[in-house]
Amino acid sequence: MAANSDFLLQFQEFDSSESHLGGIGDATTISIEDTAAGSHNPQKQRRSAPVTSFEEDNDPLANDDKTELLSGQKKSAPFWTFEYYQRFFDVETHQVRRRILGSLLPWPGKNFVHLYIHNNPDLYGPFWICATLVFVIAICGNISDFLVFLGEPQYKYVPEFRKVTIAATAIYSYAWLVPLALWGLLVWRNSKVMNVVSYSFLEIVCVYGYSLAVYIPAVVLWIIPYEAVRWLSIVVALCLSGSVLVLTFWPAVRDDQPRVAIAIMTAVVALHVLLAFGCKAYFFSTLEVKHTAVDAVAGHGTKSPPTTKIQ
Amino acid sequence: MAEVDELSKPMFAGLSDVSISGDIPVEGEINVPVGTPSHDDEYSTLDEPVKDTILRDLKAVGKKFVHVMYPKKSSALLRDWDLWGPLLLCVTLALMLQGGSVDSKEDGGPQFAEVFVIIWFGSVIITLNSKLLGGTISFFQSLCVLGYCIMPLTVAMVVCRLVLLGGSGMVSFIVRLIVVTASFSWSTFASTAFLADCQPSNRKALVVYPVFLFYFVIGWMILTFSPSA
Repeated sequence: MAANSDFLLQFQEFDSSESHLGGIGDATTISIEDTAAGSHNPQKQRRSAPVTSFEEDNDPLANDDKTELLSGQKKSAPFWTFEYYQRFFDVETHQVRRRILGSLLPWPGKNFVHLYIHNNPDLYGPFWICATLVFVIAICGNISDFLVFLGEPQYKYVPEFRKVTIAATAIYSYAWLVPLALWGLLVWRNSKVMNVVSYSFLEIVCVYGYSLAVYIPAVVLWIIPYEAVRWLSIVVALCLSGSVLVLTFWPAVRDDQPRVAIAIMTAVVALHVLLAFGCKAYFFSTLEVKHTAVDAVAGHGTKSPPTTKIQ
Repeated sequence: MAEVDELSKPMFAGLSDVSISGDIPVEGEINVPVGTPSHDDEYSTLDEPVKDTILRDLKAVGKKFVHVMYPKKSSALLRDWDLWGPLLLCVTLALMLQGGSVDSKEDGGPQFAEVFVIIWFGSVIITLNSKLLGGTISFFQSLCVLGYCIMPLTVAMVVCRLVLLGGSGMVSFIVRLIVVTASFSWSTFASTAFLADCQPSNRKALVVYPVFLFYFVIGWMILTFSPSA
């Protein structure tokens, strides 16, 4: 009891509420909300969520309903049951649509995680956006090859199915391993320097997954066999998705030493650039090959087989 | 019934000595269960000829094919699921996608195992997705529906191969494009008609999109099939 009242004095910003809070019902209410707030804390170290719940508990009857809701939310099934994973798919169509649009149009000052994720990270978006991107890259790479070599009698069209597996490996490892590394890095820095904002692993996966959404229209534009169009679309896509990542992670590292913060942000952006240019170079490289083949024709008078591609 | 039992026990034999006018009217019904089984399971299928057994399963598979061809909201596909039809369709499709380009090194088409894995693994992933989003359909029912709805795409594959026999120019490509697009939309529409009822209404698009992607990829594999020269 005494410990509870001390706790009250520490967290409460106004003493007048202490006179409201008398009686057994409120005391049990506060202790349950402590555990609820306590389990919130590892997720977000902002104090705003527990303070608002304290301010609202003037009515003991409403508190009982709320504690029921709060304790129901915090119950988590063990990880080998199906219900544990259902928590991560607790989104609706309009929420997913808002998140995708929010990742396509980043705005300075608007943090993607705080604005759209709202403590409800989902795995639906990252998984299916990556799957779509894998198939779109493979299909559009195939189409662009076909369009580049259209009309050449020696070209035999092959649907390169192997590229799907390579694209899948690259995109899924980027979308899942890089967030794992980043999360570990942020946790390690968090233990050294207390940051105001910190993200859970799933929120980082969410940000990376949704930031890849802007590449889907960009890859479709890469079908057009003009280098200028391809470079323009890749630069625009990089700016949009890179800025989503930078705007999200800058508040998490800016309290750190400036050199460490700059190093982390540079690594995030560099990996993103590497993914974009790597995909373009591997799947859409036939324009360069065709130009070198045409030069060889002009130079030597023999036609090199167009099916030799940079593998 | 309990009253009758109690009255017939010898313990109460002394009651008959009591003078009560007439018979004591007992209310209620006496039902003696007759030993006739009402379920089909009790009927032994061991004694029937093999032809009947096979024909019964074939008829069930055929009836489901008809349901896919004319998709209306019926629960027959969902109630009695079986995986014979999907297996048959998957093997047929994978065999037809082989194309005879086994000899060349530049073989780019999907191998039998790749098609098989894509269809089954894709169906499992879509089923898991639907269940995680809160769907009320069971695992094998969903596999059954997704597998049976590949049928329009298999028909399109047969048509494409026939068209390719006549040549592989621009005209044949346009014909194949139209056929594959029509059958892929038919597949998506048919499977949505069966699956969408089992989802809460605010998540229907989240469940339909992976099905669309799945049939789109299979349609793409059919469209880009090119036989060896």
